[in-house]
Amino acid sequence: MGLLSDPNRRKALTNLLTRLNAPICMVCYLAAIVWFMGLAFEPFTLRTYMSENAMGSTMVEERFSSGERALSLAKEFDAHKRKAGGMPVEWLVKAMQARGLEVFTQSFSRKLPFPDENKERYMVRGTNVYGILRAPRAPRTEALVITAPCSPGNSDNQAVGLLLALAQYFRNQIFWAKDIIFLVNEHDLIGMQAWLEGYHHTNITGMEYSPLQGRAGSIQAALSLELSSDVITSLDLILEGLNGQLPNLDLANLFYAFCQKLGVLCTIQGKLQRNDWDTAEGYTHAAQTMMLMVLKQACGRSWGDHGLFLRYHIEAASIRGINGFRHYKMDVATIGRLLEGMVRKLNNLLERLHQSYFFYLLPSLSRFVSIGYYMPAFGLLAVILLLRALDLWVNLGAPALEAVDGVTEAEQPSGPGVLTVLTPVVISHLTGVALYLLPVHLQEMAVEHFPVSETEAVVLTAVAIYTAGLALPHNTQRLLSGEGTEQGWKVLKLTALLYLAVLLGCTALINFSLGFVLAVTLVPITASMTPHMPKALSALAMVLLSPAFTILYCVFIYQELIEAPVSVGEGWMLFLSVISQGILDHALYGSLVYPLLALFIYPCWLMFWNILFWS
Amino acid sequence: SRGAEGAAAPPVFTWLSDGTKDSESFTAAARDQFQEELVIRPLHSGDIYASFQFRTLWDTDFLQERQKVSHYRLFPKSLGQVLSKFSVRELHISFTQGFWRTMQWGQPFIPSPPGAELWVWFHDTVSDVDGNWKELTNVLSGIFCASLNFIDLTNTVQPSASFKPLGLGNATDHRFLRYATLPREIVCTENLTPWKKLLPCGSKAGLSVLLKSEKLFHSSFHSQAVHIRPVCQDEQCTSKAWELRQTLNVVFDLYTSGQGKKEWSLFKMFSRTLTEACPLATSSKVYVDITDNPEVKLKQQTVVLGDRRTYSVFDLTRAEMFGQLRSLNLLLRDMLRPLLHAERYVAGFGLQTGEIHTVIYNNHPYRAFPVLLMDSVPWYLQLYIHTLTVTSKSRDNKPSYIHYQPAKDRHRPHLLEMLIQLPPHSMTEVTVQFERALLKWTEYTPDPNHGFYVGSSVVSALVPSMVAMNTNFTQDQPLFSSFVPVKEESSYFVRVYTEPLLVNLPTPDFSMPYNVICLTCTVVAVGYGSFYNLLTRTFQVDEPSLPLAKRLANLIRRIRGVPLLA
Repeated sequence: MGLLSDPNRRKALTNLLTRLNAPICMVCYLAAIVWFMGLAFEPFTLRTYMSENAMGSTMVEERFSSGERALSLAKEFDAHKRKAGGMPVEWLVKAMQARGLEVFTQSFSRKLPFPDENKERYMVRGTNVYGILRAPRAPRTEALVITAPCSPGNSDNQAVGLLLALAQYFRNQIFWAKDIIFLVNEHDLIGMQAWLEGYHHTNITGMEYSPLQGRAGSIQAALSLELSSDVITSLDLILEGLNGQLPNLDLANLFYAFCQKLGVLCTIQGKLQRNDWDTAEGYTHAAQTMMLMVLKQACGRSWGDHGLFLRYHIEAASIRGINGFRHYKMDVATIGRLLEGMVRKLNNLLERLHQSYFFYLLPSLSRFVSIGYYMPAFGLLAVILLLRALDLWVNLGAPALEAVDGVTEAEQPSGPGVLTVLTPVVISHLTGVALYLLPVHLQEMAVEHFPVSETEAVVLTAVAIYTAGLALPHNTQRLLSGEGTEQGWKVLKLTALLYLAVLLGCTALINFSLGFVLAVTLVPITASMTPHMPKALSALAMVLLSPAFTILYCVFIYQELIEAPVSVGEGWMLFLSVISQGILDHALYGSLVYPLLALFIYPCWLMFWNILFWS
Repeated sequence: SRGAEGAAAPPVFTWLSDGTKDSESFTAAARDQFQEELVIRPLHSGDIYASFQFRTLWDTDFLQERQKVSHYRLFPKSLGQVLSKFSVRELHISFTQGFWRTMQWGQPFIPSPPGAELWVWFHDTVSDVDGNWKELTNVLSGIFCASLNFIDLTNTVQPSASFKPLGLGNATDHRFLRYATLPREIVCTENLTPWKKLLPCGSKAGLSVLLKSEKLFHSSFHSQAVHIRPVCQDEQCTSKAWELRQTLNVVFDLYTSGQGKKEWSLFKMFSRTLTEACPLATSSKVYVDITDNPEVKLKQQTVVLGDRRTYSVFDLTRAEMFGQLRSLNLLLRDMLRPLLHAERYVAGFGLQTGEIHTVIYNNHPYRAFPVLLMDSVPWYLQLYIHTLTVTSKSRDNKPSYIHYQPAKDRHRPHLLEMLIQLPPHSMTEVTVQFERALLKWTEYTPDPNHGFYVGSSVVSALVPSMVAMNTNFTQDQPLFSSFVPVKEESSYFVRVYTEPLLVNLPTPDFSMPYNVICLTCTVVAVGYGSFYNLLTRTFQVDEPSLPLAKRLANLIRRIRGVPLLA
């Protein structure tokens, strides 16, 4: 720190930083991208390993063999589901009671803020059925949860069948130390949310539900099972939860260990693992897998029923059966054995899963990138913002220094008024608030005046407000009724840069992927923005790198990565549905991505847009 | 004292006439007697409940200052010495593995919370109750091979109303009462062995041959207890006797062991059969609840816990009875719904605050009755007592009596006792919010991520009985029906324990001390160091340093004594 308290050396350092600012920033940006892409390169990553002692060395023997029973139960469930036209509550209660469980039901209802067109639902009413297998000689303090959804159509029947068969098998075992809750939830995430809120007696999303009658203490871990097809070839592990939360890495390790043990084909992000890391294809494959994880995590929604558990500090993962690789057919008994093994190991846990990582990226199931490895990529991007801010700070301070030296700038105004900076900041944020509040609240009015459905009304209102925000700079200027000074925009930009750095930094700490994706698009344009650039060109660049376009790019990249490329028109429709999903996720489950973008990131971007049109 | 002895003799003889076993050790002078009893009750859920009761009665006085009791016969000497040394008036200790499922199993004969529970009434001559209590817990810890030494002032409370003496004497000053639970205590064979050693016949003969640990711990519920209290020696209560009652309750899961068949026998449950009674026992009986199977020959009827039950009685002291203890196939009728039932859970998420919900059900169709709720919460859950609400049928239910003793950090737990009137056929919810304390790093257990336990809350009540009780205690009443003295005919005493809670506290990552040290050192060095530097340094305008040549020249000039160059 002697470096900074010595005025000469400080001057030399600041000179160096201001003179070389642009090249340093450029190098940082490139280094960040290269660093990030390097994370998928196998020699740079670590092999996964089981950290939890209680799950590592204790071998369990899987004996589940009632695959046939699971299939017949699935058929029976299917028949009763068709007859009831939804959750066959009575049959499930009887079936679970017959297997020696304590059975309870929970009914819930939820009116969505606007109709969900993807899943075609608006007024949702349903019932969850769950049975508790009481562990012998356990005081009801700890529990594990296994869930299967009751979904419309043909899918997930086998999951429920397997759940019941497992319950029957588990009931006859003596080794349970934790109660096991078998839950069949209706209306996927909404039912899950209702059950979790009922279990923890909270109400954070305005759900209406009947209180739960039976509980089993604090839930230690949860597994969600989805078998969408009758023929299963491989199992996919889904980890990304609400707001980009991930379960402890040991849960993924546990799944992988049992897949290896039972010789089951397992995937993550639907992608198999490859061994040829030294070839270009091998690297691309790993990079694609990792990118998919980043995109899924960044969008902050729950990608399976497990995702909502994470809020309650319950480690959870979804296991999804996939029919995608021919020549490998897996019978239900094998999946049952896999679950049995996982549940038995979780049953052995003495503490909650906490030994392994909570922040990680997975380029494959056997390799992981921990927070220490990926954070520098973001840090390099954030440093650009700080360097630019430092440059501006020095710039703003420089004339004052000259004045001390006695050069003829005595009547220079001492600085821009607070109002010059505050006005654009306040107006931008008000626009953000409008973007956050109006789409849902104005839908009725929009539906009255335009020939659109409610969902379209919400999404199009959002897009309209977003676009209308672009006209702001002119209005701001009019409001200020004065020429913007050179110092004015510099102060505003300094504020905006620091604001963005703090925003992105906080976001990246909670949800690295979201922070990184936003930083990659926002940093270059915000760092280089001045009012002296060619207006039309830089305006185009700014719009193309705005948060909304970031979402659009993510949609296209995501579709490309899951090998379902879309045309521009389809992409646009997907983009609109992503926006509506984002708003719904926020209203239904409390996802924070939509408010973050609307209330903070977008206003921050508007501040830079203001600088561009500073006159 | 001779006269008291004489008065004590007749009941012993009545007992003897009941059991005509050869008992050469019994003389008219014997002032102690031993009874053993096993109740088997098929439960509605398909499980089998077996309850052992061993009762030793001795008309001596442990608390006498003048003459030390030194000659022991049936009463275990280790316990007798403890009683006299610590001036214990009443002692109740239970070790339980598992949770009694009231809704499936009905009421147990003697309830107990998961883990270990100890409550003791000291004699009112004791001056240092806390000191006696501390020593007593340590001694009991040794006797029962349990972690009772973890009982200290931070988990001991003095309930004002919930735990009244069950024996003789109307002690009401709760300064002499100490109550503590260890919900984490795990009960296993090492606790069973010392417990069995307290029996006069050990595990050699009598009902205790059934107590084999490999089967007892292959069950859904296991609870063993020791209760010591002063009781009346006879109906007229002319003399006092000490009663030691050892109970062991176990519930076997027929579902897992019987492949779905609801069939039981002693051999299937205990992998032993009964061959003889304990020769020291005056009575040795097996009761089988046949209320649901009236076709079995009726033997005895008694009212237990407000319900008239029918039992088939097998007297082990009569050899011809053994043949009848065979496998019985049982029909199960719908269980009488337990009238009182309670459960508890933690609501909320996150590691800052939470809410404890205690739900008490009154299933009686038309009678309201009051219950005493007792909650003892460790200090590290800081209760916000102003958030305490009691609601029944979505209306505020004001408790008629509240006793609250706030916790002192690291010294004593919260104690909350309330008398609540439960409306008929209702659910009453008691909620209180709490904040989780941040412990000092040495206060965490070795497994902090497991969570911290909060003991069961205790609901005690006089529940209106469906059937009139027989309060006139005569000798032919089974032991299990007469543990808690009842004064009214129309109600019976029930104590219900809720499940313990497992609460996570904010826990530092103990596996990263190195990182923590590095980080703190860096922060201190960089942050504090530079600030200190800037604050204390005096700044001076630095003279531009001279070029090397001039400095050399100055050096030479200094030696020469010539004025230096600028």
